Amino acid sequence: MLAFKLGAAVTAMILTAGVAAAQPAAKPNDAQIAHIAYTAGNIDIAAAQQALKKAKDKDVRSFAQDMIRDHKAVNDKALALLKKLKVTPENNPTSQALKKDADAKLADYAKLNGPAFDKAYAQNEVGYHQTVNGALQSTLIPSAQNPELKSLLETGLKIFQGHEQHAQQVAAKLK
Amino acid sequence: MSGRPASRAQPVAGTIAAALFVAAAAAFPGAHARAETIRVEVKSLAFSPAQVTARVGDTIEWANTDFLAHTATAKNRDWDVQLPANSKKTLVLKKAGTVEYFCRFHPNMTGTLMVEEAKR
Repeated sequence: MLAFKLGAAVTAMILTAGVAAAQPAAKPNDAQIAHIAYTAGNIDIAAAQQALKKAKDKDVRSFAQDMIRDHKAVNDKALALLKKLKVTPENNPTSQALKKDADAKLADYAKLNGPAFDKAYAQNEVGYHQTVNGALQSTLIPSAQNPELKSLLETGLKIFQGHEQHAQQVAAKLK
Repeated sequence: MSGRPASRAQPVAGTIAAALFVAAAAAFPGAHARAETIRVEVKSLAFSPAQVTARVGDTIEWANTDFLAHTATAKNRDWDVQLPANSKKTLVLKKAGTVEYFCRFHPNMTGTLMVEEAKR
């Protein structure tokens, strides 16, 4: 499953970050954390845009619209904060690995149609939000130095935990 | 916000209005109780207070100060109130009973309305 592949990749990154936590120099800095969070949001927007082109199920389509609306709102909030803090997001290996996996997944899902696509998208949204929430809890939130960035990440975690539950409901109804 | 659940003991109505109301109620014991508006903050992905006691005829006002859209949706689907970002929406309570509700977009947000019969 692609969800597992992405999950494994991010878990590996989190483990690396965990090991690196003993060495403060390797811990992600605020500019990198912001880049990872922003990238993760954009990945979910791209997946939702693909879903709006392909999905047939009414609940799957409205879930995809919810993802676009919420992740755009969070990313806009993040951009405004970074501007205020004069922080430029810094690309990093975690962001690059996330993007690479997401691109591969978009290409794979492009080959699916009808209920097969709907199920794959909904199931992947459960796994993807689980993975991102795990990364926020274990690495990104504890590593964030700026209190406003930390607070936005904490709000983000609550939002994405909501998405995870919502995705579970949508996926369960498709079975 | 205080941690106390909202109830008719702490209405949104101002002190003077409440005092007048008490005076009126004392002067006319048979008068119907005045319907109240009870405010629920929707902030940081939570309904606060999460538990509200009200009466049939009262109004619940949800004030969403989050930068995200939410909903207040009865689990029994009796009502579904859309709460765009930074908006206020109201619902007049028509039926007695306990209603659990949630946000359709973020089902981890939940609340309960305990609606009693209107006081005669």
